[in-house]
Amino acid sequence: MTNRFQNYSIRQIHNGIKNEEFTSEEYVSYIIDRIEKKDEKINAFITVDKEKALENAKNIDKKIRDKEKIGILAGVVMGIKDNISTIDLKTTCASLMLSDYYPPYDATVVKRLKENGVIIIGKLNMDEFGMGSTTEYSIIGPTKNPWNLDYVAGGSSGGSAASVASGECTASLGSDTGGSVRCPASFCSVVGLKPTYGLVSRYGLVSYANSLEQIGPVGRSVSDVSTLLKIISGYDEKDNTTISSDYTEYDDLDLKETDQIISDLNKNKPFKIGLLQDLTNKADKEVSQYVYRSIDLLKENHLECDETDINSTEYALPSYYTIASAEASSNLARYDNIRYGFELNPEGYEWNSYYSDSRSRFGSEVKRRIFVGTYVLSSGYYGKYYMKAQKAKSMIKHELKTLFQEYDILVLPTVPILPFKIGEKIDDPLKMYLTDIYTVIANLAGIPAISLPVGFSGGLPVGIQLMADEFKEKNLLAVSTILERMVNIKKYADVF
Amino acid sequence: MSKVRIGLEIHCQLTQLKSKLFCSCIANYRNRDPNTNICPVCYGLPGSLPVLNKKAIEYACMIAIALGCDMPKNLTFARKNYFYPDLPKNFQITQYDSPGSDNNTCIGKSGKLEYISDKTVRIKRIQLEEDPGRLVHEIPASQSGGNSLAYTLIDYNRAGVALVEIVTEPDFNDPKEVRLFLNKITSILEYLNVCNTNLEGSVRCDANVSIGAGKKVEIKNVGSFKDVEKALSYEITRQKTMGLHEIEVKGETRHWDDKRKITKQSRSKEEEEDYRYFPEPDIPIIKIENEFILNLSSKMPELPDQRRKRFIENYQLSEHVSEVLINHKEIADLFEKAVKIYQSPKSISNWIVSDLMGFIDYESLEGKPLNEIIKIDEKHIAELARLVDENKINRTVAKKILTQIVNSGEMPTRIIDRSELTKIGDSKTILEFIEQVFMSEKNAINDANKNPNVANFLLGKVMQKTKGNIDPKKALEIIKKKLEEHK
Ligand SMILES: [Zn+2]
Repeated sequence: MTNRFQNYSIRQIHNGIKNEEFTSEEYVSYIIDRIEKKDEKINAFITVDKEKALENAKNIDKKIRDKEKIGILAGVVMGIKDNISTIDLKTTCASLMLSDYYPPYDATVVKRLKENGVIIIGKLNMDEFGMGSTTEYSIIGPTKNPWNLDYVAGGSSGGSAASVASGECTASLGSDTGGSVRCPASFCSVVGLKPTYGLVSRYGLVSYANSLEQIGPVGRSVSDVSTLLKIISGYDEKDNTTISSDYTEYDDLDLKETDQIISDLNKNKPFKIGLLQDLTNKADKEVSQYVYRSIDLLKENHLECDETDINSTEYALPSYYTIASAEASSNLARYDNIRYGFELNPEGYEWNSYYSDSRSRFGSEVKRRIFVGTYVLSSGYYGKYYMKAQKAKSMIKHELKTLFQEYDILVLPTVPILPFKIGEKIDDPLKMYLTDIYTVIANLAGIPAISLPVGFSGGLPVGIQLMADEFKEKNLLAVSTILERMVNIKKYADVF
Repeated sequence: MSKVRIGLEIHCQLTQLKSKLFCSCIANYRNRDPNTNICPVCYGLPGSLPVLNKKAIEYACMIAIALGCDMPKNLTFARKNYFYPDLPKNFQITQYDSPGSDNNTCIGKSGKLEYISDKTVRIKRIQLEEDPGRLVHEIPASQSGGNSLAYTLIDYNRAGVALVEIVTEPDFNDPKEVRLFLNKITSILEYLNVCNTNLEGSVRCDANVSIGAGKKVEIKNVGSFKDVEKALSYEITRQKTMGLHEIEVKGETRHWDDKRKITKQSRSKEEEEDYRYFPEPDIPIIKIENEFILNLSSKMPELPDQRRKRFIENYQLSEHVSEVLINHKEIADLFEKAVKIYQSPKSISNWIVSDLMGFIDYESLEGKPLNEIIKIDEKHIAELARLVDENKINRTVAKKILTQIVNSGEMPTRIIDRSELTKIGDSKTILEFIEQVFMSEKNAINDANKNPNVANFLLGKVMQKTKGNIDPKKALEIIKKKLEEHK
């Protein structure tokens, strides 16, 4: 059954409500109906807040009736990854440790979305504390791939990608520490962006690896992602790592002709795209063929493309896991069940025994990373692991900086393999970690990267990844818009 | 005899800041209901991020400059990881340079301070960090029944308050030197106006002691600066006694037992704790520009040593008097303000040092400003000194007046005007007044034999004439005596 609202973009929703073609309440009711029908199978939501969403919708409709001004995102219905704080709305990080935690404050991104009229419908499933690449490590169980329920949705922002692909919300927010937005976006055939480190405030994002992660938008179009980025990005006095200058001007790309976008890109100097050949060739053929096809499409549009490579990529994955685990081991120390948490009577415990009991309730992957992180920071090993990982990180950053003097955009697969079956890799962490091998590069270098749907193989989505230099989101979004128009791929899963 | 070496770790809160080190909660956490001075940041809630208080950097740098430290080019923060319930995040944001690293990222390094003439201590390191919360151990009244009912309450109001740690090299050889050094540090902090050292818990001190080639023993939990000297003396005696009996001193941490006045082994087993320091990812590197240091140095308040020198040169005061005056900033300020009103530094300093200081009990100040305890300011001191210098009153009288000022805050001349001090001191004048009344009230005097009330009647007349400014008892005595003579 098709519905007029399915696959509606942010612009369509906003204009429709503003021009009184439909009410905000009608659209929210449609979304709630959709969640009720779909989410039993998909399992994208941890918490759904229908009452509040309907109440907010009615408020928007009243404003329209009273001819009051409405926000530029008024009526847009979004899901938020469950590691981003929402005031009085349970924020669990898909963990027992926070299973009953209601934040007393909104994350800066959530505050900005609400100020612009976004209706938050609920909180989305993820790997516990963002640690995982499949959303299988969740206290509520795995999120299924909306294109094939036997397959993983990717992770850790599996709920953010699956909910958007299955039409359970207009768009969503995820967080990306080593590919956690881009991997599920690729697996679920939606657009997912990891912004430049420091472009989007992390205040309210429950920290996993502070120096690597960013909150990123997920949508069914480049334009939706771009609109959301415009709202959530920019300096925040509550996050000392946000940039103070203004990089947050993005064009309304969906309103521009392709020729215009291309000529804008070439305005100052010839725009140049580099295909990371070695990494592309190492990927599964089902994936790499789409990368080559995408390059061909860009060339057809008279954009200069040639091949290049990054030499330091072999250090990327070990460096990433060392730094991320080190930071995680410290960040997660606060979950001791003393100030908030789950029911565990402290009677009869001494400090240390209470800590070890409460903290044994983390999931297996989280525990693994806490152990690794504790180990690499211990005296005697710090220099051997953590310092070396930091060196590798700056080496990668430096090499990419040099590459971006020649290239404006680098292209490679998002994930070197197709989505795999639920349970297939859960017993082999090393195999699982390889899922992130192409995405961690952008996190280590602090640069923006986007995953864009470009095709299907055996009914499973394939995404490609574009990376740009720091704060060059504008270029990233422009090239993505061109490619999106050329491949014209389905981003709305209505198979179940 | 083997040499005693003592090193100190002093923690002082930057109490003069408006807010905590990484959030906008109020720095003055005292006298508040438990857990009301907190926010997501200092309470360590998931998703909260530290936001650096720039003023804290400025204050900490002022301390580093005052102690002659090398300043860093790039200031960074680090996480010190350990589990303890007073730490909301189970790590503390502090500063750290890995041992042997030449790279200075702490507020200050390699300073020194001459705390009395010819005695200098090297300052190893100064760092800025956050204070943990406060644990309140509640032991129920029915103490006897074991510890099953004992519990601990946590108050996070203090968590996140800016703390400056000053670490010295083990350059002290005697607990007395430590006391003099601590007095000096207290005075410097007061002069810089970064820490109100009178506030309970605003300055804390840990010490380490070793004798000869013996192991180093850390002493923690010393509640006040006063007790540091006692704790050290106890510990030195303990170690020396062990040496005499050829018992090896263990390298360990001991706690000061405030009630029994001894140091005792810490209950927890002492493993070598691994704090897994690493750079704090949420606070970017802070560049300390030369210009910043120069600017700060130029607007630094005058330090105690500079002030003492100036007092000796400008006011021709003795070394000793200057030292006593400058020791407490408020006293030195009072002196200078009084000298502006009455330009006699000698007598004003004399009044302050030999008389006024006797009224001030610094222990009982508890952080309150001086003028809340004694009601005296520069105007009183200046006037008192002038009255004595001009021979209006003698020194004994002036001292009595001072006692009254301290309690009432009245000006000296007012006290003199209505005071019994003048009446008593001047019985010749009283007699003059009485003789005048005897002259004008002849009839009454003649009635005196028959009427016993005449004496009182005459007193009333005398009081009228003098507007009550005489001692009535004394006057009555004289009147009665004179009436006797008349019989
Ligand atoms: Zn606070």
